[in-house]
Amino acid sequence: MFDVCERLNFAGKFRITNECIIISTNMKPKIAAQSGTFESSDVIVLIEPLPEKSGRKIELSSTVMQQFGESFKQIVTEMLDEYELTDIHLIAKDKGALIPTIKARLETAIKRSLSIN
Amino acid sequence: MLYIPGNNPAMIQQGGIYGADSILLDLEDAVAMGQKDAARALVRNMIKSVDFYGTEVCVRVNHLSTPFGLADLEEIVPLQPSAIRYPKTESPEEVAELLSIIEKIEDHHHLPHNKMTLHAMIETAMGVQNVFNLASMFDRVDAITIGGQDLTADMNIVYTADGAGIDFARKRIVMAAKASHIDVIDTVFPDVNDEEGLRKDTEYAKRIGFTGKAVINPRQIDVIHKVFTPTDEEIRKAYQIVKEFRKNEKAGIGVFAIDGKMIDAPIVARAQYILRLANVSVSE
Repeated sequence: MFDVCERLNFAGKFRITNECIIISTNMKPKIAAQSGTFESSDVIVLIEPLPEKSGRKIELSSTVMQQFGESFKQIVTEMLDEYELTDIHLIAKDKGALIPTIKARLETAIKRSLSIN
Repeated sequence: MLYIPGNNPAMIQQGGIYGADSILLDLEDAVAMGQKDAARALVRNMIKSVDFYGTEVCVRVNHLSTPFGLADLEEIVPLQPSAIRYPKTESPEEVAELLSIIEKIEDHHHLPHNKMTLHAMIETAMGVQNVFNLASMFDRVDAITIGGQDLTADMNIVYTADGAGIDFARKRIVMAAKASHIDVIDTVFPDVNDEEGLRKDTEYAKRIGFTGKAVINPRQIDVIHKVFTPTDEEIRKAYQIVKEFRKNEKAGIGVFAIDGKMIDAPIVARAQYILRLANVSVSE
């Protein structure tokens, strides 16, 4: 943890928590990225950058949307807020993933899109 | 010990239900190079959130010589799983460096240095040569394990079902563990469809001194438990030996006989070990 800023050469741009690196300024995805799979208990997340001032375009689908759709939307929104991401197109297709899985896949896709992994 | 690929959420979330004594969440060989970051985040979140029903949780991190090793430690050490399993361990210097990094991370998170242990995985000829020092020099190393597939690859030989190529390594690793009073866990049996082969391989591992065996499929757990669990007859016999030993000890007798067979200290020690495994205590 103590070497993360140095290794990524992003010093000053993010703060470090016990969990992950959080970007501290408004960030926009640099590249299209994805994480996860279409397997059961997983979720696939795709992110692509949008032009300036496009905001967020989010498309969610889930095999359990009726039961857990609201929770799914909330997790996605909170995670994007946490990273202060804008001008982003996010597609997430869920096959019954648990919350820790959804959060891990979102985090991975976000970091990949920001080129910080 | 059940190996679970670190990037497979379905398998991880079910890891605690199969009856394995411990599960190993693998960030190393079971994860494709391009998915190391995804597996690390998933394993971290799962350890924090999923109930493994009391099953011991270990994590195999990538070697520090790879681009992933340090990042794995930074994410996993703060969670303090039961153990970190370190692959391709070859030298005491390497373990000292690893422990130094682990302790720095623990200090950063105000964690103790004596909770999470380290399993040194022996997977190279050099590791086999240095195994006694690896097993004996560090208090936090509480188990050593052998990785048969990587070891045969390092030796440029083909892995065979009878384990002929790694037999010397197995026995040397067992002896190092016994001399250091730590656990020693055998390599996996890769053919999940060959139950009889697994049983024979496990019986052999038990005969030469291994205290457990790694599995790659939940179907293999029962076979291994059956081999390593003492039979009712063994437990009954051990109980009788320990009970008679205590009675004779009070009378100042060190060596005695049961059914005409001499019972002395090594046989008593063996009986006590069986009762410990079976979690049986002898009433006074």
